[in-house]
Amino acid sequence: MASTDNRPLSPHLQIYRWPLSMLTSILNRVTGVGLTVGTLVLIYWLIAAAAGPESFATAQALLGSWVGRLLLFGWTWALFFHLCNGIRHMAWDAGWGFEIPTIDATGWIVVLASIVLTVTAWVLGYAAMGVL
Amino acid sequence: MGLRTPLSRARGLGSAKDGTHHWWIQRITAIALVPLSLWFVASMVGLAGADHAAVTAWLAHPAVAVLMVLLVAATLHHAQLGLQTMYEDYIHLHWLKIVADLTTKMASLALGVAAAFAVLKIALGG
Repeated sequence: MASTDNRPLSPHLQIYRWPLSMLTSILNRVTGVGLTVGTLVLIYWLIAAAAGPESFATAQALLGSWVGRLLLFGWTWALFFHLCNGIRHMAWDAGWGFEIPTIDATGWIVVLASIVLTVTAWVLGYAAMGVL
Repeated sequence: MGLRTPLSRARGLGSAKDGTHHWWIQRITAIALVPLSLWFVASMVGLAGADHAAVTAWLAHPAVAVLMVLLVAATLHHAQLGLQTMYEDYIHLHWLKIVADLTTKMASLALGVAAAFAVLKIALGG
């Protein structure tokens, strides 16, 4: 099969320069899985609140620890990314935004909006606690 | 042209036999989750550092209880549809794909009922 040895390969993920659309596509799935885990935490939090002050205090201590806050920060970003990129998907479903410059522009808007919204939510949350 | 019968084309169900149903329910839950998840983040920002009394008083409000149950239901339904798609894409052992999907669907229903019960217990039981 010598004639087939040098045929071009499909994108080799370790050396291929990822277009933004490839990154946002896989991040949509990664954040979706992450948010599913986050939903389990939300349900645990609701059940702890229903179970009483002691179990709720345990839940608040876990979520309020630095690991808990780091995870909550990650889930906030995952939520905003999946939300913004989901709206981008709805625009595609409506037949809008398939030109490559538009795909790149909306991709950057989604990335920047998810970061700005995440930081804004956390600044407002710390302000509500009176820390800021 | 094509090898499909006129009846098959008229039904429009494709090889998966359920047409665009999965896609469409994923979009409906996605549209519902846009306002619901924004409401949720805004609520959590307002409740940052709140104690048990404040959180249960908030959850006991009828509108909050209804919105929270809707949020959990729409999220779990959207999540299990998304996970099903990922199992179909990435799991190549047929039996494992079926087991993963069944487990996910049953767990999401059980978790949804548990979460709704927790919210209703707070809202109705005081």
